[in-house]
Amino acid sequence: MEGTKKHFFNDLSVMLGRSMRHISRSMDTIITVTIMPIGFMLLFVYVLGGAIQTGTDNYVNYLLPGILLIAIASGIAYTALRLFIDVQGGIFERFHTMPISRSTLLWGHVLSSLVSNALSVVIIIIVALIMGFRSPAGILSWLAVTGILALFTLALSWIAIIPGLSAKSVDGAGAFSYPILFLPFISSAFVPTESMPSVVRAFAENQPVTSIVESIRALLSGYSVDNDIWVALAWCVGIVLVAYFFAMRMYKKRV
Amino acid sequence: MQNHSIQVIGLQKSYKQLQVLKGVDFEVEKGSIFALLGSNGAGKTTVVKILTTLLKPDSGTVTVHGFNVVSKPEHVRQVISLTGQFAAVDEILTGRENLIMISKLRHLKNPHQVADELLKRFGLTDAADRRVSTYSGGMRRRLDIALSLVGKPQIIFFDEPTTGLDPESRIEVWKIVKELSDGGTTVFLTTQYLEEAEQLADQIAILHEGRIIANGTLSELKMLFPSPKVEYVEKQPTLEEIFLAIVGKKEDK
Ligand SMILES: Nc1ncnc2c1ncn2[C@@H]1O[C@H](COP(=O)(O)OP(=O)(O)OP(=O)(O)O)[C@@H](O)[C@H]1O
Ligand SMILES: [Mg+2]
Repeated sequence: MEGTKKHFFNDLSVMLGRSMRHISRSMDTIITVTIMPIGFMLLFVYVLGGAIQTGTDNYVNYLLPGILLIAIASGIAYTALRLFIDVQGGIFERFHTMPISRSTLLWGHVLSSLVSNALSVVIIIIVALIMGFRSPAGILSWLAVTGILALFTLALSWIAIIPGLSAKSVDGAGAFSYPILFLPFISSAFVPTESMPSVVRAFAENQPVTSIVESIRALLSGYSVDNDIWVALAWCVGIVLVAYFFAMRMYKKRV
Repeated sequence: MQNHSIQVIGLQKSYKQLQVLKGVDFEVEKGSIFALLGSNGAGKTTVVKILTTLLKPDSGTVTVHGFNVVSKPEHVRQVISLTGQFAAVDEILTGRENLIMISKLRHLKNPHQVADELLKRFGLTDAADRRVSTYSGGMRRRLDIALSLVGKPQIIFFDEPTTGLDPESRIEVWKIVKELSDGGTTVFLTTQYLEEAEQLADQIAILHEGRIIANGTLSELKMLFPSPKVEYVEKQPTLEEIFLAIVGKKEDK
């Protein structure tokens, strides 16, 4: 008996290859994902920026971490959508009758989500550079930023798997991302939390986006990172574990 | 090993309150073509899904190739393939990419060669590098069947393989099914078309109101039909007449 475990990496690479082909044949979705965050960046820098007091002279630098998180939060709507289409169509049924490790089907979607979101992030950073974003960060800091963003994407992608599996309609599959999209606005992504009313401030300072934004901002500014990075990592790892558990449980129940 | 590819005993399945299968029994011999006949909503797809490990039975024993579908689904999946009621192809990939993908997932050594051969066999060579979303219904169905043949599984399930096909494509599918059976593959197919069962099957079972109400070879089924009355022209009953007669009799009770 050949176990499916033995073929896990072979199967995973086939699934990833499949998803990557899907993404490369719908590059427009990556552009679509970047339009809104770039729009926010333009709006905040050129329209609202003059009125916002952040204590920094380069508002693009201040803004960029939050904008990247917004891009990822909107990008994962497509992760859910692609999975939803797979589940609705017959192709998953075919895979399920084959001796394939089931979790590779979900991991294929999650890994391709990492790749497509990385592309969106790169596009936005290029636009930000054009708008005046500058960073003294060294290679290690950039690696750390990459790691945090990847972990954040991983966490949100596993969350996206849940509506992707359970949604009843295309709209339903993407709707879950709206509340996540809002989190950066109620965080220190655009304005310092000190300016917020106390209840909002308490929420803002204790939700995951703030610690993630603060860590990325510190790394990109070349400051030393404090406790924030551990809080950020704990949030991301925690969300990955919880979302993975629920996604796999839902998946096993379905099939 | 046993002579039965598939063995189903006392199979029951409900969706919430709706009891679809109320105790289904049948056996399929190795290398034969078995047709499960039933009208819309009779539960044919439900039976196929249980046999192919997509759905769990509520009760009863189902073995495929000697393996219990509930306790040994991994073993069952090694020897089967399914061409479902609706085409299970990847629309965004090309026909060739679909075949290569499935070959790799079946862990074959030469996926490209397997793809080339099947493309040729199914007359898809010209369309091989086009995205499946541009295929016609018949081409899609052919690709779907080709995907099921990758790796030469011993038992192949077809759920209404010819529904929605034009007569020409239908005959083509029939030819493929016969070829498979000639090559020793066990074929399980469902159909609403009595003619299809009549044309293809070594054994026909009729699923009606959750049970198998008739099961046998075509000639055995014909004997169930009241012998033709003395008329000026003696007429052989068609399967359609047998079907209606049996179904009618059950409903009279
Ligand atoms: N997932 C489901 N949830 C609830 N009811 C279902 C589900 N799947 C099928 N049914 C019901 O079970 C019955 C049998 O369905 P099934 O698809 O097995 O029939 P079928 O013989 O394949 O019909 P058709 O010829 O239309 O394909 C139908 O009444 C159908 O509405
Ligand atoms: Mg059906």
